[in-house]
Amino acid sequence: MEAPDIFSVLQAKFGEQIVDFLEEGTLNPTVVVKPEAVLKVCEFLSQNEKLQLDSLMNLAGHDQDGESDLSVIYHFYSTIHDHYITVKTFTPREEPSVVSIANLYRTADWHEREAYDMYGIHFEGHPDLKRILLEEDWEGYPLRKDYVPAEFYRGMRIEKVK
Amino acid sequence: MSRLHAEEMILNMGPQHPSTHGVLRLKLTTDGEIVSKIEPVIGYLHRSFEKHAENLQYQMVTPFTGRCDYLAAMGSEHGYAMAVEKMLDIELPERVEYLRVIFAELQRIASHLVAVGAFGLDVGAITPFIYCFRERELILDLFEMASGARLLYNYIWIGGLAHDIPPGFVEKTYEFLDAFDKRVAEYNQILTGNKIFIERTADIGVLPPEVAINYGVTGPCLRGSGVDLDIRKVQPYSIYDRFEFEVPLGEGAQGTVGDCWDRYYVRVREMEESAKIVRQALDQLPSDGDVQAALPKRIRPPKGEVYFRSENPRGELGYYIVSDGKNVPARMRMRSPAFCNLGVINEIGQGWMISDVIAILGSLDIVLGEIDR
Repeated sequence: MEAPDIFSVLQAKFGEQIVDFLEEGTLNPTVVVKPEAVLKVCEFLSQNEKLQLDSLMNLAGHDQDGESDLSVIYHFYSTIHDHYITVKTFTPREEPSVVSIANLYRTADWHEREAYDMYGIHFEGHPDLKRILLEEDWEGYPLRKDYVPAEFYRGMRIEKVK
Repeated sequence: MSRLHAEEMILNMGPQHPSTHGVLRLKLTTDGEIVSKIEPVIGYLHRSFEKHAENLQYQMVTPFTGRCDYLAAMGSEHGYAMAVEKMLDIELPERVEYLRVIFAELQRIASHLVAVGAFGLDVGAITPFIYCFRERELILDLFEMASGARLLYNYIWIGGLAHDIPPGFVEKTYEFLDAFDKRVAEYNQILTGNKIFIERTADIGVLPPEVAINYGVTGPCLRGSGVDLDIRKVQPYSIYDRFEFEVPLGEGAQGTVGDCWDRYYVRVREMEESAKIVRQALDQLPSDGDVQAALPKRIRPPKGEVYFRSENPRGELGYYIVSDGKNVPARMRMRSPAFCNLGVINEIGQGWMISDVIAILGSLDIVLGEIDR
């Protein structure tokens, strides 16, 4: 199935939960979904007989400019039907929260932990949400565009990057 | 006899341990010799690749990609170059495409040689490791001839190559291929059919196909479970559709489909297939063409984003790049295959002995550089 067809199937099924379809400016056509609907949409994507998007290739957090909403991007692939879809969701940067899909796609477990580690996005329902690459006591979320590193970490000076 | 009271014990394997292939800590919960839970603790080699990339121009990111998967630097560079070229919509000269395929496939052989040799080492076979490194050395010599470096090349640039190949390179590569075909038979003799090796690896750590897909396992680990998924075939990039090669799958020849032995043997057979591809590419290599003809002067991809994946020796290497029209990427995410492959270890390692966990870890063939980035 082509991406626009997948979009219309999703729209018919979920209505207002599906916000937008982005085709221009991206090489991977993207369906924008409300953050609380992510799990329901993903369940449908993975279980619907015509879609069967069984493989989550990639999950990435993204901060556009340090002011507007944070986003999470999911790249799906179907090993059965050989088609692709990208799902995107926006969440406010003050209290970023997205429903976790780690119990549905086990690979998302570590990806979501990384997004939490780097962007501070909270994944509701994640089995073990904690930092993965950085230390537990690291301050701040480094990949946010407005991130300013602390001056010291455990008594060690953090060098300023020009 | 009354039952002995046994307590669970937490055992830290690593961060400094020869079988962890780098700096990895496995927190094992053990009940005697049996492992009941494995919790990998990663991040020891974290060098903020993604953060750095947001502050570097596109062409300056290339050397960083090689430092992620340092056993397959050509593969990482190739994937990155293709992802940016996709955004820029660049048409490459034929000669560049062929040379890239030659280097990527030689790199696959070199990387699998380390995987196969080190796997033998993990389960107690010392000699094959030396054999594998003998051949790997020849490939590194070829890479050195072309790029000047043996491990981290910065050779595949966005839009072309850093240099053309030097005179004599093609002949030397043919020489290597002729020698290599016989070498694979040697590995099979010394390791593949070895009874002790089979006892240590067959039926151990069985990874069922649907679990593999759900955990995002890719590459030889996925194909060892019998799933016919090779990105070079399902979504051909570069010029892979011009070559004839097979995709080896795990068949459970010594035990169950998807055991450690299958993952190992898929790699051995992939080396043969890669050698076939290199030979075809050398036969068809156009003799003229400037490898730098398509190098863009300024790299400013139009506003937008791309997720581009390619088949690295360890599996699906994906780059998710967001451009906001500037000469530095707004977001660079590397979906590294070993990161996802390692995630499955708790699932397939539970219930095995500690020594088997080492075999399972070895069969996953991880490179910590790309797990931690």
